Amino acid sequence: MSLLQVENVSKHFGNLVAVDGVSMTVEAGELRAIIGPNGAGKTTFFNLISGFLTPTAGYILFDGEDVTHMLPARRVWRGIARTFQVTEIFPELTVRENLRIAIEVAAGYRMRAWISPEADGKVRARVDGLPMSGLTSKAERQVGELSHGDQRATEIMVALALKPRLLLLDEPTAGMGERETYKITQLIHKLHRDQKMTIVLIEHDMRVVFHLADRIMVLAEGHLLAEGTPQEIAANEAVQAAYLGQAA
Amino acid sequence: MNAINKRVAADVLVWILLLTMPYWLNGLGGYTSLGSRVLVLALAAMSLNFLLGFTGVLSFGHAAYFGLGAYGAGMTIKYLVPSTLTGIAVGVIVGTTAAAIIGTLIVRLRGIYFAMVTIAFGQVFYYIAFRWNSVTGGDDGLSGWQRLPIDLGFTRIDILGNDKAFYYLVLVCFAIAVAIMAALLRSPFGRTLLAIRENERRARFLGIPVDRHIWFSWLISCVFVSLAGALYALLNNFADPHNLRWDQSGDFVIMAVLGGMRSFWGPLIGAAIFVVLQDYVSSQTDNWMSFIGLFFVLVVLFFPRGVLGLVRRSAPS
Repeated sequence: MSLLQVENVSKHFGNLVAVDGVSMTVEAGELRAIIGPNGAGKTTFFNLISGFLTPTAGYILFDGEDVTHMLPARRVWRGIARTFQVTEIFPELTVRENLRIAIEVAAGYRMRAWISPEADGKVRARVDGLPMSGLTSKAERQVGELSHGDQRATEIMVALALKPRLLLLDEPTAGMGERETYKITQLIHKLHRDQKMTIVLIEHDMRVVFHLADRIMVLAEGHLLAEGTPQEIAANEAVQAAYLGQAA
Repeated sequence: MNAINKRVAADVLVWILLLTMPYWLNGLGGYTSLGSRVLVLALAAMSLNFLLGFTGVLSFGHAAYFGLGAYGAGMTIKYLVPSTLTGIAVGVIVGTTAAAIIGTLIVRLRGIYFAMVTIAFGQVFYYIAFRWNSVTGGDDGLSGWQRLPIDLGFTRIDILGNDKAFYYLVLVCFAIAVAIMAALLRSPFGRTLLAIRENERRARFLGIPVDRHIWFSWLISCVFVSLAGALYALLNNFADPHNLRWDQSGDFVIMAVLGGMRSFWGPLIGAAIFVVLQDYVSSQTDNWMSFIGLFFVLVVLFFPRGVLGLVRRSAPS
């Protein structure tokens, strides 16, 4: 059984058709990239999977269970974690506190209204056990004070702290410099290779996409334009015309 | 001195000042029941701030639950059981029950919509108290009753005749409420509230059912604001329909913002400034509210983090 099966989903905003009958199947352990020109419906498609929006038509199965109309928090409990195109973190809390909250929620402590030194110890150990990707020295700083790249890295760490079975990354390297892009790309590559994590990412940087992805899906104007391995996509004439052609 | 030691030192200082207040307040030109008033209103403002400062949700209708606590306590003593502690308990139960029901109806709303609806519900209770003359005393308020000495079996505490005894009853209630709120804020549940304040979208996509957690925060806040209301009625031996009105809610918000809503003790400072200014200025002029208003505007303009925020910033860390 596939981990994620999106069947023929559409999303209409009034007369605007943002996503038009798109299907996608992601196997466990796969790294899938979604590309397409601006306004292609990539982020809307992501929002349907994560529950930020619910589809007008079609359905979504996660690990065989219908999650089409499930609340976002419940999808997170089932193992779907995401990051956003514009970084969403807790700006006035430190990096460590950001991660701590994620770990406590994932551990089922979110309704725990008392202080337990034992649980605190476990949580602290798990925070220290996370791959901090160069953030270790900044763990006690407020996230809002950090650089853009470090804030985005923190958001990815927060998502990872949830121990997701499916990680959705919306343009993880957006607005990053060369070095930061390289660091994040390495991190994603390691997660995929070493932990066999299932990842779906939206990305504009084609070097990142062709370096990381097992398979690539191309959206254009809400439609599925093409889908296949990086080699197939690179050779696809329709994709070149609609998208890669523009860049060249 | 590191941050944790500083916080402990501040806590110790606050508790010492509160424990000894009846013994130094008179020397400064105050009187014991003024101290009780500071404590009661501080409890209300700190309860509001549990929701406002630590969950990021603005209620402009907390006076409703404050007033329900007041009328609950007063009417119990006047009509049902001549017992101070029973009155307090009934006041808290009445306020909390109303908050639980209303909270369920409004918890999906955010920002200005939430604030407006809390005002609207508050005004409903105000008009009931204002119009139902035969039971609530209407515009004149609920009078003709008074707090009664507490009989513990082995000893009798005369909270009616002895202002200091009543002050310490209020302080015990205040301490219990404040300790519970402080512990909650340091628990995993408390951190989910901070998460919601900081970024609701992120909180939701972390797996926090945001509406449910806001409901709990609202309820906890209203439990303690009802307690404050019950104590306020006992302090005055009187329940006033204005305790339920939206301008009373506004006073609580002013106290919290004045003192600093991001700090735990901020609303206590805000309430102290508010009550002392009110007591002093109102003896000089009827327009005391314009002085509080001016002071509030100056604080918000120049120290947006409140009086405590200012102290924190200027203190070398």
